[in-house]
This record gives sequence, C-alpha cells and structure tokens, in this order.
Amino acid sequence: MSYKKRKIVNKLMLTISVFTFLIGAFFLFWILGDVFLKGARYINWRMFIEVPKPPGVPGGGIGNALVGTFILTILASIIGVPIGIMVGVYVNEYGRGKLAWWTKFLTEVLTSFPTIIIGVFVYIILVVPMKSFSALAGGIALGIIMLPIIAKSADEAIKMVPISLREAAYALGIPKWKTILRVVIPSASGGIITGIMIGIARVMGETAPLLFTSLNNVYWSVSLTKPIGSLTVTIFNYATSPYDDWRNMAYASAFILVLLVLFLNIIARLYAGKRRK
Amino acid sequence: MKKNLGDKIFKGIALFSSLFVILLVFFLFVELLIYSFPSIKKFGIYFFIDKIWDPVTERYGALPAIYGTIVTSILALLIAFPLSIGIAIFISELAPPALKRPLSFIIELLGAIPSLIYGMWGLFSLAPLVQLKIGPFLQRILGFLPFFQGYPLGVGYLTAGIVLSVMIIPTISSLSREILMAVPIDQREAGYALGMTKWEVIWKIVLGNARSGIFAAGILGLGRALGEAVAVTMVIGNFPNISVSLFSPGVTITSVIINEFAEAAGQLKISVLMELALVLFLITFLIMGLARYYILKRIEGR
Repeated sequence: MSYKKRKIVNKLMLTISVFTFLIGAFFLFWILGDVFLKGARYINWRMFIEVPKPPGVPGGGIGNALVGTFILTILASIIGVPIGIMVGVYVNEYGRGKLAWWTKFLTEVLTSFPTIIIGVFVYIILVVPMKSFSALAGGIALGIIMLPIIAKSADEAIKMVPISLREAAYALGIPKWKTILRVVIPSASGGIITGIMIGIARVMGETAPLLFTSLNNVYWSVSLTKPIGSLTVTIFNYATSPYDDWRNMAYASAFILVLLVLFLNIIARLYAGKRRK
Repeated sequence: MKKNLGDKIFKGIALFSSLFVILLVFFLFVELLIYSFPSIKKFGIYFFIDKIWDPVTERYGALPAIYGTIVTSILALLIAFPLSIGIAIFISELAPPALKRPLSFIIELLGAIPSLIYGMWGLFSLAPLVQLKIGPFLQRILGFLPFFQGYPLGVGYLTAGIVLSVMIIPTISSLSREILMAVPIDQREAGYALGMTKWEVIWKIVLGNARSGIFAAGILGLGRALGEAVAVTMVIGNFPNISVSLFSPGVTITSVIINEFAEAAGQLKISVLMELALVLFLITFLIMGLARYYILKRIEGR
C-alpha cells in the first residue's frame, strides 16, 4: 500500500472508531431521554403514597411498590453483603488452593449469570415448600444476585491492602481475625462500599427473578411471608398492559427507578474516584 | 488459647461463605435437574427437536425457544461486537487521558440501566421504528435475502436482537478496553518506530496482542444475551414459531419461562419450564465458564 493510501485508511478507521463511541453514547441518551420525556410529566406527589388502581380509575400510585422494593433490597443486602465480604476475605487471606480458585471462578460466573435462573431456583427451594410467593423468597433471590457483585469488589479491594499493614498488626501481637476485621476490611472499605452501592442499584432493577419469588401485591404489605409489590414488577405489569393510563404510570415509575439507579451508580463512581486521588 | 478460638471461628465463617458460593451453584444445577425429571422422562430427546407447543394435548417442544434464543443472541453479538471493539479502541487509544474515565463511564452506564427499561424502550420506541422505518429500509436494500422477507411487525427477532446488542455493548467494550490498555506501551512505540500509522499500530499490534482476550469478551457478551429475560420477553412477540425472517415474532427460552409460568398449571408444565431453565443453565454455564476461565487464566497466568 502506498503511503497516501495508508494515511487515508488510518484517518477512516480512526473516524469510525470515534463514531462507534458516539453510537454507544447516543443509545444511552436515547433510552434515558425516552424515560425522562415520557415519564416526567406523569409524576405527581400522590403516586408516592397511593396503591395501584384499576385501569380507568384516576389516581393510583406506587407507594406500596416503593416500600416493597425497599424491603426486598434490605433483605438482599442482609444476605449478600456479609457473605460477599467474607468470600472476599477467604480468597485473599485464607484460600490458597483449589477451593479458593473454584470460589473465584464460580463468583465470576455468577456475576453475569441469567438472573431468571436464580429466580426459578428460589421458587423451587422456597416458594414450593412454603406454598406461597413471599417477600422473603424475593429477598433471598436478590441476595444471591447481589452476593457475587459484593464478593468481587471485596476481593479486589482487599487485594489492594498492602501486606505491610497486616504485618504491622501482627507485630503488635494482634490475632489474624482481629487484624482482618480492624485493619484489612476498614482499609478496603472504600472499594467494598462502592461494590455495595453498585450491588444495590443492580438488584433494585431486577424484574425476572421477582416474577417467580415475591410476585406482586397491589396492596400495602410488609409481611415477609406474603407476596410483595415491587417497583420493577409493577412497572412490568403496567407497561405490558393494553391501557394508556397504566402505560403512562409505567413511564412515571420507570423515571423514578432510573433516577434511583443512576444516582447510586454516579455516587458510587464519584466515591471511588475520590478515593483514588 | 482465646486467640486461637477467635481465629478458628473467623476462618470457619470465611470458609463457610466460600463453600456457600460453590454449593449454591451445585444445588442450582441439582434442583433444576430433579424438577425437570418428569419432562426429561416424558419427552426425552424429542424435547429439543419438536416445535409444537400445545398445553391442551400436553405436547411441549423446545425447538422454537432454543432457536429464538440463539438467533437473537447471535444477531446481538454481530451488531455489538464491532461497535464494542470500536468503543474500546476509542477510549483506550484515541481519547485524551483525562477523558478516559468519564467517557468509559458513559458506556458503563448503559450496563447499569435495568433490563426492564430496555424492554420499555424496545417496545414503545424501537419497535415502531423497526416496523415503519428500519424494517422497510432493510427490505428495500436487502429484500432478496431470506432474512428480510415478510412484513415487519415491529416486535420480533430483529428488535430483540437490537435491544440485546445495546445491552451487551458495555460488557464487551469495558472488558476489551481493559485488555487493550494492558498491552505494553513499548510495543506500540516499537510499531511507531517502524513507521506504522496509528491505525496500523492499533490493528496489527494492539489488537493482535489482545486477540484472545477480546474473543473471550465477545463470548461473555453472548452469554449475557442468551440469559437476558425481561427485555427480550417484551419485544420478541411471543409467538412459537421458527422463521428465517428476522421480521417475524418468536419466542426465546427466557420468554417462554416468564410467559408460561404465570399460567402454568400441572406438574408436567412446571417440569417443562424447569427443563428449559436447565438448558439455559447448561448453555450459559458452559459459555461463561469458558470465557471466565480464559480471562482468569490470562489475568493471573502472567
């Protein structure tokens, strides 16, 4: 190829590369803009304190769904956060052999595993024996989804803690477990907290596993053994309904969901960026 | 003495957490297998080659679902893979260093959007566009191909493929970007010293070096597309069908599980849905496992 031709190919390919990025960014703004434009105008204060109404009946809201999502997220965190952190501790501080390798490998696989399978699994082990869909089942499903996310970020954060910090603690005669609890985990807390925020954002947006576990509830409910409403399942039902006012409600609720998820992600990113400095 | 006890308990908890992850995956598989047993026993291999889905006569074939899952995922990969590589090149090789993090954050945000939101976007914004603009356009220029026959309905394989492709762009591009950035700088400099243009350095040296890693990133994206549930269910059209035309509606493994589960009555149908979940488990586990094994080995093998 002549020099001139090579230069043209160079320019062309680099321009294409810039364009691919613009296409990606375009999709982000299109999808977000879609939700914001179609959702913002149907937002009203009453929707935060009301429960869903039948189609055609004015008003109605997602108050119960917000409470449900909150409860489900708390349940998921109770399961996902401590176990996730301890997995990170194990693979860094204790595990050397095959078990640590398998844990790491399966954690990686679980991170991007289809969440619908987790939902079906919890349906088998919990909903069938209890003979009822329940908030508990939903929380456990979301907890299983959250676990690998926390484990991965804990693993990465703990790996960064300098060995000298541990040695300093050992030199003072502090036992290993106290060193981990008081020195290693606090030093890694930045990365772990970022992971928790990302994990919470992720499970808040999950729909498929909840369809098999917590199902839905159009009334106020805080019982762990009964089905519970959630933001995502409510939006799913509204959006796939044939009624216009329900679809509008779906967009208004989706607007709130997207705000929550984006907020958590941006805060997590800013927090991680600040710590890096 | 006291010190030993504390250490033992703490180590025990850590060990238990690790075992929890391993046993979780194990029991996931075992429980799905047990529950799909009635279906496996009744249909055997015909489950995978039968395309009839008829609850009345209790005849269930998984072929349309498997076909739909594969078609939409491959389509998504075909669209997303080149785009993601371009994005990774842009961020790793072209963008100014100060902008690298904010720019990659924009793409990573695509991965943070819940799949439900993708579904709504696909159903209410993209599907009408496919029906009225993209579909007729493809038909005009590529209408001679069997993939673009018939009347575009809006929902169907094509729309699902496009939605999935946007969803897997962040997966493929952020992993590829990391792999590109791990290529040593002096290899690039060696290329420039030989008088190569920037593109030649990227194409022959950087991408050449990162080839296997990028391949694994693509496989991982494919795995994500295979298991995506809600967004696909909303735009696939839900019609048990095997059609070469990308305009036709279809079903996927996940859409069948979601839609049929709500009205699943009887042990056999539940079992059939569990077998579908088991098939999805095996496919994704194999694919994810391969990609992850490859990446883990590459990152830690050095």
